[in-house]
Amino acid sequence: MQVSPTEEWNSVTADLAARIDQQLSFYAGARVTLDVGSRPVRKDELGSVKALLERRGLALWAVMSESATTLDSAQAMDLRTSQPKSAAPIQSTDMSAPSSQEDGTPGTLVKRTLRSGRSVKSPGHVIILGDVNAGAEVIAGGDVFIWGRLRGSVHAGANGDPGAVVCALDMTPTQLRIAGQIAISPTDKRHKPKPEMAVIRNNRIVVETWE
Amino acid sequence: MGAKVVTITSGKGGVGKTTTTANVGVALAKDGQKVVLIDADIGLRNLDLVMGLEKYIVYDLVDVVEGRAKLRQAMIKHRQFPELYLIPAAQTRDKTAVSPADMIQLTDQLRSDFDYILIDSPAGIERGFRNAVAPADEVLIVTNPEVSAVRDADRIIGLLEANHKEPGQLIINRLKPEAVRRKEMLSPEEITDILGIKIIGIVPEDENVVPSSNTGVPVTLMEQSRAGQAFRNIARRLMGEKVPFMSLDDASGGLFKRISRLFGGG
Repeated sequence: MQVSPTEEWNSVTADLAARIDQQLSFYAGARVTLDVGSRPVRKDELGSVKALLERRGLALWAVMSESATTLDSAQAMDLRTSQPKSAAPIQSTDMSAPSSQEDGTPGTLVKRTLRSGRSVKSPGHVIILGDVNAGAEVIAGGDVFIWGRLRGSVHAGANGDPGAVVCALDMTPTQLRIAGQIAISPTDKRHKPKPEMAVIRNNRIVVETWE
Repeated sequence: MGAKVVTITSGKGGVGKTTTTANVGVALAKDGQKVVLIDADIGLRNLDLVMGLEKYIVYDLVDVVEGRAKLRQAMIKHRQFPELYLIPAAQTRDKTAVSPADMIQLTDQLRSDFDYILIDSPAGIERGFRNAVAPADEVLIVTNPEVSAVRDADRIIGLLEANHKEPGQLIINRLKPEAVRRKEMLSPEEITDILGIKIIGIVPEDENVVPSSNTGVPVTLMEQSRAGQAFRNIARRLMGEKVPFMSLDDASGGLFKRISRLFGGG
């Protein structure tokens, strides 16, 4: 959720509370990433927002800001932090040897079963430790890994990446999409559950044993 | 510590919430418990009919919430069980006449005088459902052995989890063992495989249920009714008794033996 970087902090929090209260059922249980822009926010100010969210059944999860003060406050509260991409500092480039650090790519981890009506959307990869039940959906810009049964719908490479893959320990999706391709499961499948991976080959989604 | 508030809900309509509320309530009262049933289905009230109490209604839930009646005035005493009461829903209003906070306040007033408060939830996932589950200590989710009812039960469990409530216990209503055997109906194993919650009761299809609802005498009171027996067992399990699952399937044996394993070897 984005809040104004310039307005009085009191009215920012009041405004935030009103926005949530208007759509409480939509926000219920949500983990909130707060984008405060360039505003320096003290730890006690962040604490008041955290309490405000928790009273409404939401959790403050991460804070985005360009301000070092804000990022320090957030880190002191064990919150995740990130800087907007444009403002990310440039890593020093004068390293003498190639770094052994593997940077990886950002993703979203969900440690529970997604039941009917639940939806997870992420610009990066999505990892689900649990099942994705029929009626639930996962939409990811990158890959989708399901450490459980996939019975709902998944869209990997949702921004058009045909190289995205979907993996599950038991692959019986309602509908599977990768980039612009759509596939559905055979209806009569009385199959033995096994780990499988869906990829695009020759402009079609194919499912292969996951090894 | 007072009464336990148990909400009976389902998501999908017509799966047997009201029948379950009436029968479990009567079974608890028959076992000597002090019980209040609350019909939270404002605008589509039914529980009074199934209980045979419609003609005694003077005040209803909305009258109490809006201060036109005292709580005791809206509580209808059952003719056969003096420790069993019903608070009927209003017929002429809608769900917005009551808030989740009203329901919590109402049940808090009742807790000290009763052992069980059963709330019959309306179908759906909107205001009426939220009213019904707000005060719940325990939620019983009624489903039928069919894909659409199980899908809605899954949605309900997800909403309970999102609201930091316990995921609840499951009642599978209207099971036909022979249809399960022919693979025309989902088996209890297939249902728990999807929903991943504990079963508190399996109620077999029973032709006595509809006539009993029509006459206002819950099947729980019919000793020979198999559905009645299943509801009595659910009531005893609610009270913390370990009741083995009844063998409903004498001809083939297999099915209900396997089911008993789902309850940890009942």
